[in-house]
Amino acid sequence: MKLTPLFVGAMTLALIGSASAQTLTIATVNNGDMIRMQGLSSAFTEETGIELNWVVLEENTLRQNVTTDIATNGGQYDIMTIGTYEAPIWAKQGWLKPLDGLAADAEYDVDDLLPAIRGGLSVDGKLYAAPFYGESSFIMYRTDLMEKAGLTMPEAPTWEFIGEAARAMTDRANDINGICLRGKAGWGENMAFLTAMSNSFGARWFDENWKPQFDSEQWKNTLDTYLSLMADAGPAGASSNGFNENLTLFQQGKCGMWIDATVAASFVTNPNDSTVADKVGFAQAPDNGLGKRGNWLWAWSLAIPASSQNAEAAEQFINWATSKDYLATVAEKEGWANVPPGTRTSLYENPDYQAAAPFAAMTLASINSADPNNPTVDPVPYVGVQFVAIPEFAGIGTNVGQLFSAALAGQMSAADALAQAQDATTRDMTRAGYIK
Amino acid sequence: MARRVSTSTKVGFTVLAWAVALLIFSPILWTVLTAFKTEAEAIAAQPTFFPQNFTLENFGAVQDRSDYFKHAINSIIVSFGSTILGLIIAIPAAWSMAFAPSKRTKDILMWMLSTKMMPAVGVLIPIYLIFRDLRLLDTVHGLTLIMTLINLPIIVWMLYTYFKEIPVDILEAARMDGAELWNEIVHVLVPMAVPGIASTLLLNVILAWNEAFWTITLTSGRAGTLTAFISSFSSPQGLFLAKLSAASLLAIAPILLLGWFSQKQLVRGLTFGAVK
Repeated sequence: MKLTPLFVGAMTLALIGSASAQTLTIATVNNGDMIRMQGLSSAFTEETGIELNWVVLEENTLRQNVTTDIATNGGQYDIMTIGTYEAPIWAKQGWLKPLDGLAADAEYDVDDLLPAIRGGLSVDGKLYAAPFYGESSFIMYRTDLMEKAGLTMPEAPTWEFIGEAARAMTDRANDINGICLRGKAGWGENMAFLTAMSNSFGARWFDENWKPQFDSEQWKNTLDTYLSLMADAGPAGASSNGFNENLTLFQQGKCGMWIDATVAASFVTNPNDSTVADKVGFAQAPDNGLGKRGNWLWAWSLAIPASSQNAEAAEQFINWATSKDYLATVAEKEGWANVPPGTRTSLYENPDYQAAAPFAAMTLASINSADPNNPTVDPVPYVGVQFVAIPEFAGIGTNVGQLFSAALAGQMSAADALAQAQDATTRDMTRAGYIK
Repeated sequence: MARRVSTSTKVGFTVLAWAVALLIFSPILWTVLTAFKTEAEAIAAQPTFFPQNFTLENFGAVQDRSDYFKHAINSIIVSFGSTILGLIIAIPAAWSMAFAPSKRTKDILMWMLSTKMMPAVGVLIPIYLIFRDLRLLDTVHGLTLIMTLINLPIIVWMLYTYFKEIPVDILEAARMDGAELWNEIVHVLVPMAVPGIASTLLLNVILAWNEAFWTITLTSGRAGTLTAFISSFSSPQGLFLAKLSAASLLAIAPILLLGWFSQKQLVRGLTFGAVK
């Protein structure tokens, strides 16, 4: 039959593909720092003879793929890029191999990892994922507009000051919004910001018995403050704004302040992309004097699934990619400003890095002030600053995010949004077995 | 007799047809233009239509990061392999449904179609487990198999409708002349249904070529097709628009050429039986 050669060809190709020397399959997320690591990784292969097979995916696709694989013990990947949300959940499930080798390696110096980040990636004192880069959130503001408004930004402002400044900086005639905040629905979108904000208002997602707290005075204050701030000083159509949209607005000079990820600092101060590059100041996320600030904590990290057949080689690679030497290599080849931030204390003590990144000190202060193991004013049964590290949170968080986004768009009142959030979350948590 | 059409109607319809065609084509055109821009120009606040600094660097960067030809070969094997395998199964199935129907034929056809109504993610975990146990994860033959199964209902349905248009008398005449079942299908039915089979082949090759969900989920680098290749350049932070466009252009180019050269066949097949 004529078709036979085609199939023989297909089978042969497939067999060739599966029979090779030791190869690590690495699933990672498509962003600048990871692509740079991929580019530099030929040095690792030359050094060790271990081949690398890269699977680079967009964040949501990556999350779906690696979750499917790890939950079914599929074994497609030897190294997975995961965040501080997945790390504690997966570690508790026994899906990840502990990185004991790194902890024992004096040269790797595990104590150099920033304590807040290390805490977010450890369970019972054991490290389950090594941070590749970390971030918190802080305030980026226009120094010129602040001066024009006759105000001075403190290093660690209160929400009251932010409200006053945002309203004073707003100039509708010139299309300048006092403040740009996330409004797009999603657990990693508006809920990352609002959950972190609620911590500084003394609110919490659940009490110690997993009962949702959206009926509390603290959540009402959080949402009312957010909505009135956005109504008085926010951009039009804010309910569809996420990180990118706000970045563009800020770079075009249309925002007086923006509270978002610390990694944005290098974008807004880059004169190639930003029209306001030389007029940006930084301050810590606001608080209300309750001991918690409205900043989050996230780290893209490398972990080894329990199903990996190449755990030893995988740990070798993770050691290479998250070491001090790697940071030095990036600095040498691409400059200090391009080094992956937010993982090691020694980086922030390095004068070369401090000179190249004017926002370094504020980034470090923000990361250090977030505590994923103790995120709220009142005690909670969960881990996580801008999320609740339970598997159900992605769904619940997105539901609530849609309600709050609808409130921002004026489709429902704050009271209705909170009441519906309380009902929906109570139902989901009861169904999931948290509430008996 | 041909209907008389006034010049103004002709012009009107021509303009309308061009407008619709341009509207549909515009995202592809934008992708093509963006592929030749620098990254900075691609995300500029004031977008430019034509590349101001024409560059081919995106294509080089894309090839450096990910092996285009490996993915393209996988795409060709999976899309053609799965469609041909599907045709081998579907031609006898459609023959029996069209020419030797039973009481349950209609139900079986509906049931086959109903499998397409379920969202793919609904069967993700069982399929993933089966693939894991049969060691089919990240293999080209595994992907070919799943693609065959996904497109089989469409292939059977399309062939069934084409076969129904063929007069049963011709097949009976062949049988009277002593043709066995095999000869009847291969030498009588198939030659008459060539336009139909060709358009089924083309359409399903395109469907398999563009399939993304299973391709991305069931592969991890070795067996990935061009859809996996594109997705590796997609980023929610919009950082690599020009590279994503270059990757997309490379990925659609082969199938675009195939469609271009076979458009007569495709149109003929799709309208086959419309006029009797």
